[in-house]
This record gives sequence, C-alpha cells and structure tokens, in this order.
Amino acid sequence: MIYFLCMVLFAIGLYGVLRKRNLIKIIIGLIIIEYATHLLFILVGYRKGGRSPILAPDQEILKIVDPLPQALILTAIVIGLAVTALIVAIAMRVYDRYGTFDITKIRRLKG
Amino acid sequence: MSIIPLFIAIPLGAAFLVSLFGRRIKILPDLLANLCTASLGILSLLSVGIVREHGMLVYKIGSWAPPVGISLVLDGLTCFMLVTVNIIAFFITLYSISYMARYTAKWKFYTLFLLMLAGMNGVIATGDIFNLYVFLEIAAIASYALVAFGIEHEELEASFKYAVMGTLASSFILLGIIFLYSYTSTLNMADMSNVLLAKGPGKIVGFVVPLFILGFGLKAAIMPFHAWLPDAHPSAPAPISAMLSGLLIKVLGIYALMRIFFNVLGVSQNTYFVLMILGVISMTLGAFLAIGQHDIKRMLAYSSVSQIGYIMLGIGIATPMAIAGALFHLFNHATFKSLLFLNSGAIEYSTGTRDLKKMGGLNSHMPVTGATSLIGSMSISGMPPLSGFWSKLIIILAAVQAEYYAMAAIAASVSIITLAYYLKLQKEAFFGTLGEGLEKVKEAPLTMKLAMIALAAICIAGGLLLLPQVFDLFINSAAKVLSAGNGYAKIVFGSIR
Repeated sequence: MIYFLCMVLFAIGLYGVLRKRNLIKIIIGLIIIEYATHLLFILVGYRKGGRSPILAPDQEILKIVDPLPQALILTAIVIGLAVTALIVAIAMRVYDRYGTFDITKIRRLKG
Repeated sequence: MSIIPLFIAIPLGAAFLVSLFGRRIKILPDLLANLCTASLGILSLLSVGIVREHGMLVYKIGSWAPPVGISLVLDGLTCFMLVTVNIIAFFITLYSISYMARYTAKWKFYTLFLLMLAGMNGVIATGDIFNLYVFLEIAAIASYALVAFGIEHEELEASFKYAVMGTLASSFILLGIIFLYSYTSTLNMADMSNVLLAKGPGKIVGFVVPLFILGFGLKAAIMPFHAWLPDAHPSAPAPISAMLSGLLIKVLGIYALMRIFFNVLGVSQNTYFVLMILGVISMTLGAFLAIGQHDIKRMLAYSSVSQIGYIMLGIGIATPMAIAGALFHLFNHATFKSLLFLNSGAIEYSTGTRDLKKMGGLNSHMPVTGATSLIGSMSISGMPPLSGFWSKLIIILAAVQAEYYAMAAIAASVSIITLAYYLKLQKEAFFGTLGEGLEKVKEAPLTMKLAMIALAAICIAGGLLLLPQVFDLFINSAAKVLSAGNGYAKIVFGSIR
C-alpha cells in the first residue's frame, strides 16, 4: 500500500513537471519526484519492527533494517540538493532576462 | 598502483586546482587542463595494451572485495570508450585555448569541463550501479551549468529545459536502480547479473527495462525524448557543443544502456526490437528535421539525433557484427561530430554569425576550416574512403544478415538524406559568392586549426581501424564484452584473485 502511495507521489511530481507553466512550479514538481524516489528507496530497506544496525557487545540482534539504502539516499539527497540549487539559480537568471516565470512566454528557441 | 582510478582522480584533481588558483594565475587553467587531458589520452591508449595483456582489470576501492565494496572495472568496452572520450577531450581543450578567450571566466569553464570529464570517465570505469548513477549526475550537473555558460536569453532557456529533462531522466534511472536493488539485494553489476541469472528475471525486469529505456533514452536523446537536444547543444559554447554532442550523450545514454542491458539484465529479444524501432524512428525524423534548419549548430544537433539512431539500430540488431558496427559508428560519430561543431565554432568566431543565409564563399578566407569541414561532412554522410562509410556499411550489412531488410533499406536511404543536408551546409557556408560584410574575415587562430586538422585526420584514417589487428584490439574486444552477456560477471569475479 505504502509503495503504491510512493508511486502516486511520483506521478503527482510528474504531473507538475509536465503540465504546469510556472518555472517555480516545475521545479517543485521535480523536487516531489526526487522525494518520492528517496522515500521508496528507504522503504525498500525497511523491516517492520526492525532496529538500527548498530553492533553492541551485550545484545543479540535479530531484526535490523537494511542500512545500505540509507547510506545511498544520503548521497542521492546531496545530489538532489545540488541539482535543485542549480535549477533555481537558472530560473532566477531567466526571470532577470525575460521578466516572467511563464514558460509559454519564454520561447525564443524553436524549429 | 593501478591505472584505473587515475582516469577519475586526474580530472577531479585538476578541476580542484583550477578552481582554487585559476583566478589569480591567468595561464594556469589553459596549461593544467591541456596537461590533464593529454595525460588522460596517453593513459587511455596505454590501457588498450594492458587489456590485451591481462584481459580485464578490477580495482577495489579501499580494497573491499567486489560484492561488498565499490569496484572499478577495466575491460575491452571500458578502454574503447576511455580512448574515445579522452582523445577527443584533448583536442577540444586544445581548441578552447583560443576560442574561450572571448569569455571572461575561463577558469570556471575549465573547472566545469574537467568535472564533466571526471564524471564521464567515472561512468565508463565503474562496476557499481549506484556509483554509475552518482558519476552520471556529476557529468550531467556540470553540463547543465556549461549550457548556460553564456547567460544570454537563449542559453538560459535551453539550460532550464535541459536541466529539467535531465533531472527527470536521472529520477527514472534511480527508480530503476531501486527496483533492481530490491530484487537482487546487491549493487555490484557483476554480482547483480549473477543473482538475476540464479533467481530468474521475474516481473521486476519487465518493469525496470522501460524505466531504463526512458531514463537513458532521455539522456541519449533518442527520438521521442529528443526535444531538449536541439536547444541545449547549439546554445553552449562551441567546445561544449562538441563535447555534449560528441561524447556526453553517448557515455551517459548509449554506453550506460548497453552495459546494463547486455551485461547486467540480459534483456529479451523484444526489448532489442524496441530499441531498433526507436533507432530507426530517430534516424529518419532527425534527418528530415535537419534539412530545414538555417542555424548551422541546430542542423548539426538534429544530425546528432539522426546518427544516434544508427547506433541504436546497431545495438538493437544485437548480433556481434552489428554491435561492432554500432561501436565503430559511435567512435566515428564522436570524431566527426566534434569536428563539425568545432568548425561551426570557428565560423562563429570569425564571422560572428551562425545563420547559414548570411554566409557564403568562406572557403577563400578560411581554407582550413572549409577543408576540414568538407572532410567531416563527407565522412558523416558516408562517402567511401572516409570512416563514416565503413561503420554505416557494417551496420547495414549486419541488418541484412539478420534479415531486417526494411531497416537496412531505411538506413541506406537516410544516409542519402544526410548527404543532402550536409551538401546544403557546404554550399551555403563555404562555396558560392562571398556573403555581405564578410570581406575581412580571417582564419581561426593556430590552436583551433590544429585541433580541427587532427580530428579531420582521424576521420580520414578511421577506415584503418578495420585492419584485422587493430580491429581485434580495439573494437572487437569491446564488442566481445557486450556479446558475452552474463560472461561479464564470471570474468569480473575471475580477475579479482
């Protein structure tokens, strides 16, 4: 079920990217897509009732969550941050030049 | 000391030094970037010999053995791609010495350029699927910034479009990787391939394949996903257009797709058929769209879409001969498309325009640019002694051999359309009467000429790669890796000891 909700979140982001006209809304759509993938990856490594995978000398550990997706997601979040910052910077420059965020009015390139 | 990590470490280190000292010491960015790419070029040529001797090298980062740690793999395909990327990157840096003098922040350009190169080498060398994603993003982020380098209206618009499309593609790729991980519980490509073989592909592969086609297809600009390319590639400065069109779409799109589909997933015949259809569509439509263009760089960009179609067709046929042809065409397209973009940059540098209608008769004033551009154009449209002819011939012959007669016929006729629009380019830019206000046009500076002449020489000599010894060493060893399929995993684990 919760996996399905992740896919719904992904689809919402995709809708935002494809259908919205405002540059900022497109960027928000991209961020939603990123978060949906990150959430899904965390869920893949999650086990119900699992604990964090830290080794302690006096305990016997039976159920742990998979730590690898968590480590990978940290990397993916940093990458997502870099991309978002760059795209927002480009959008700001676009606003400087064109004076609008509406993509239907930003059309110098065609053919 | 292994040779493999150097391909990533050298450009990363050089990018760091350039960003640190480049602003103060004016000569450093040029010098360091050229030294860096030259040494990478030499190292990549050395790696060909190493692969012939040892078969395959695996470097364990932090000496963790492969299924656990990240590994870098050097095999036939890797060293083929490394040679292609690094040699052409060297000529492009040589060209940028003079070309980029017009822009103010040269050190920023070189920093991003070297980061992009590091990302591409990383994608090629890595044996770990998540690491592939990380390097892919490094190269992609650097390229978004480079497309916007001129910060004028068109550049920013193109860069925004490219960045949105690229991020979307990366998300699809990451999604695919997540599903693969959830099914196989491993990230190492060789290990993943073994697990998939043991467990059977299951439904998950059927779901992951479209995600990867979408993601890597967007990166490679195959036809339904090509819309960003004709905007993004012409907007960048000429050396970057050459880099993007010549190398980036192939490394991030085609190479990653081939590696994952052939060596990891071992996808079904139907998938290859889809790739083939996509290839044929983008080959045909790209060529038709290119005919109508007046902006010289835009025409070249559409031509890239069309030529990527040839490579996809070769991959889709998937017989050993077709794969060899596709790889050969990949190498050739990297050389002549870089050459043509550098030519267009030289024209823009001297005349200040990219509009074909405002040019004409440039041959009398720019003989070197004219001659090299003629060689590039003839090579891309498949004139017999030049390199483009041989690779297209192999692909078409392979299509006939695999009994895809219609595909072969389309490929041959698209070649004629290609000839048509390149003749149009030649006629309007270099032949005929001199355009208005072009009387004082001068030939491009020395380093730009050198780079163009060297690339043209590779175009002429490209046919020599078909000589049996060279072919076995260079292209066939790469094609063998792909045709081996799951054999890749055995060799990787075999060469650890």
